[in-house]
Formats: sequence, C-alpha cells, structure tokens
Amino acid sequence: MRDFIRPVFVIAWKDIMLELRTKDIVVSALVFALMVIVIFNFALNITPPMVDSLAPGILWLAFAFAGVLAMGRAFITEGDQGSLDGLLLCPVSRDAIFLGKMSSMFLFMVLIESLVLPIFVVLFNFDSISFKLIAIVLLGTLGFATCGTLFSSIAFNLRSREIMLPLLFFPVVTPIIIACVEASLGVITDTVNIIGTGRWIGLISVFDAIFLVLCPWAFGIVMEE
Amino acid sequence: MLISNIMTSMICKTTPSEIAKEPLAIRVEGLSKSFGATPVLRCFDLTLERGKRLVVFGRNGSGKTTLLKLLSTRYRADSGNIWINGISTDLEPNMIRRSIGVVLHNPMLYQDMTCEENLRFFGSMFDLSDLYDRISDVLCKVNLVYQKDQKARNLSHGMQKRLGIARALLHDPEVLLLDEPESGLDKQMLDDVGPFLFKSTRGNRTIVMATHNSEIGLKWADEVAFLSKGTIVYRASRSDMDEGRFHDMFLQQLEKIT
Repeated sequence: MRDFIRPVFVIAWKDIMLELRTKDIVVSALVFALMVIVIFNFALNITPPMVDSLAPGILWLAFAFAGVLAMGRAFITEGDQGSLDGLLLCPVSRDAIFLGKMSSMFLFMVLIESLVLPIFVVLFNFDSISFKLIAIVLLGTLGFATCGTLFSSIAFNLRSREIMLPLLFFPVVTPIIIACVEASLGVITDTVNIIGTGRWIGLISVFDAIFLVLCPWAFGIVMEE
Repeated sequence: MLISNIMTSMICKTTPSEIAKEPLAIRVEGLSKSFGATPVLRCFDLTLERGKRLVVFGRNGSGKTTLLKLLSTRYRADSGNIWINGISTDLEPNMIRRSIGVVLHNPMLYQDMTCEENLRFFGSMFDLSDLYDRISDVLCKVNLVYQKDQKARNLSHGMQKRLGIARALLHDPEVLLLDEPESGLDKQMLDDVGPFLFKSTRGNRTIVMATHNSEIGLKWADEVAFLSKGTIVYRASRSDMDEGRFHDMFLQQLEKIT
C-alpha cells in the first residue's frame, strides 16, 4: 500500500512546487473565474432577494469554466517537456500517476474556489455560505478534477487539444454540474426541490465514485502506446 | 487496473534467485509493432547476454527508437514477448522499470526544476534509500556539480543531455537503453561518461544503444547490429566483425540518410 500511496504524494508535491514557481494554472483560471462573476454582477443587476436563487448557477458556471481552463494545463508541463515519458518509465502504477495528477488538480481547483467565493460574497452581498455548501463544492470539485484529469490526458495527445478538451469533457461532467447547482440551490434557499437536496448530493457522490474507479483504469489505457 | 496490478504481482512474482539464474539480459521473441497502418518492427527476435553492449545502427525510420521504447515498456507490442533478466515486460512492468535506465532523444526533465530537484523527484519515484548520496554521485559523474541549483531550462543542450544521463543512472540500473546518447555531447565528455555507463555496482551493465555515429558505436560495442525495415539484417560480435562489410553497410545507410 505504501508503494502505491508514496508516488501519489510525490507527484502531487512536484505539481504543487512547479505551480508555485510558474503559477500557470491557478492565475489564469482564477482571472477567468473572476471575470465571469464580475460580468454577471453587472449584466444581471441582481437585487438581494434574487441572489440566493441565482448564486448557484453563477458560481458553478465560474467554477466550471475556470476548471476546464485549469484542466487544459494539467498535462502540458509533462508532455511539452518530454517528462511524461520519464514519469511513465518510473516503477509505479499508472493509477498512482493518475491519482497524483488528479490530487494536484483537485487542490488547485479548491484554491481557485476558495479565492473566488469570498469575492462572490462581497460582489453579490451573498450571506448564505454554510458548511453544507462548502461540502457540496468539495464533492463536485472531486468529480470534476477526476474526470478532468482523464480528459486532459486524452486531449493532450490530440492536435487541437484546446478545442477538444471542453468538447469531450463537458458532456460527461454535465450531470455533476447540474447536481451541484441543484444541491447548492437546495442548501442556500433551504427549500425542498423535486427530488430533494440529499438525493442530489447522493448523485454527486455516485458520480464521484464511478469516476474514481473508471478514470484511473481508462488513464492506463490512454497512456499505452 | 489497480486490482489487476495487485493480482498480477501476486500470481507472477519472479523470485530473485530466478532472476539471478537467467543468463540472458534481454530476450525478444516475435516482436511486432505498427503505428496505424505502418509496420515498424516485424517478427523481431533478439537475445543479449548479461553485461554485453549491443550497438544498433540503422537509417532513420528503421525502428531503432521503437525497439528501445518497447524494451523500456514505454510502448506495448502488438504481438511478441520481451523478457528483461528473465522477467516478462507484460507481466511485471514495474519490476522491469526498476532494473532499466533509459536515455532518449528528449532528456525527460522538468524544465522549471533545478538539476537536483529533478533528480530528487525521479529518485523519490524509484523510492531510493540513499538518495542524496546518489544524487551527488551521479552529478559528479556527469560533471554537473556546479550546475545543481540551476533550472533545467537554463542549461545548454549538452548539459541537459548529461542531466538526462544522470537521471537514467540514478537507480544504478542493470540494463541501460540509450538512444543516440552522443548527440549534444563533446568527445571529451563521452570519454568521461562512457565508463560510468558501462559499469554498475553489480558489474558490467547490459547496454542496448542506437546510434548513427560509427566511431562511438564501434568504440563502445561488444556486438553490432544493423536494423532495416524493422528486422536485423546484420549482426556480429565486435571481435568477429567483418570491418569491410560493416563500412559498406554503414556508408549505404549514410547515403540513404543524406
């Protein structure tokens, strides 16, 4: 088990160190997410009673767009410099490599979200942040990062990867985004929607579990030449 | 994948005594590899004894790099089998990766990490115990001690190549796979690095090297082979080699390249 876990941490730590140095992923995605919420703030002219019902949609739209931008960079540092070959020639399983990359992407997305959320609170005068909402954001981000890391590795080998990544990724991750919006809405407005907030959270968890099993397996196939 | 890895490691564990008994470092049987509709290697067979150095010549596209990538487990063969020190690359790829060092055209480094950080990362991936001593040792061997805190992107092409060699030697592999290691290195550096490539702490390393450079190739080789259209068309030990035939073939290959 130690042989499996250790490389996951080593790869994640390496990605974090490289990101601290280059700031390629977090800065670009953060700027994009902030742009989205600032534009919505001006475009929708939201009044306080409207905030709670619109907040989940705007937030998850910002997270999703910023996320796909971040995912696009996940394998650039590996492949453009030939280091992906070096990584794949290390005596560790492909699952460990995947989980290492996925962990770092998850952390980057959580960092972006934790910076976007306070600014959203200020801009929209939003006061419904709760532990439940944060839990939903974390659950959704886990599925997003897992699926995104896989599609980033697929798109990396394609010629027009910047176009292909969102085209491949969004249709698969849409159920998680919808479930996150619905669950967030339920928690923020404290209302019971059609199938109940708990079931939306359950749906996110099921998708997370499916992605956590399928994506590492698919990554092994994608990396095989 | 995780479950299959665990199952494979439980079922197919090769014992150290079995590995030690195996006289052949490399055994390849019926290996074929295509990229799309283009066949690169066809029913390729190869054996190489432990501690021997095989230098493979061949024109561009003859399959040299593909052969090295298949031996290194980076590529998966369409058909055929490869055993390194008696271990199948299909069954226990991680065990193979632990026992081989690979130098490809690309130095396989993280450009925004320093020389030392690159080596520390790859050493950690190999779970090496005395990592700091090993890093000092390999940096000394490739003469990069004073550049250890420089980022890889700030190094010259030759220095990056040397760092790539240091990365390949870090875990003291028994088998070394070299794809044109001489590119970017001056003659003096090749002479300095050569002995470190040949010897591991356990004795002579088994080396498979692909090159276009006949001078270095003949100097380093125990055996030479010519690869053409995915098959070996000539193979001889360095001592029994017909120099005239070798040079004819080499010139023929050179003409095709130019």
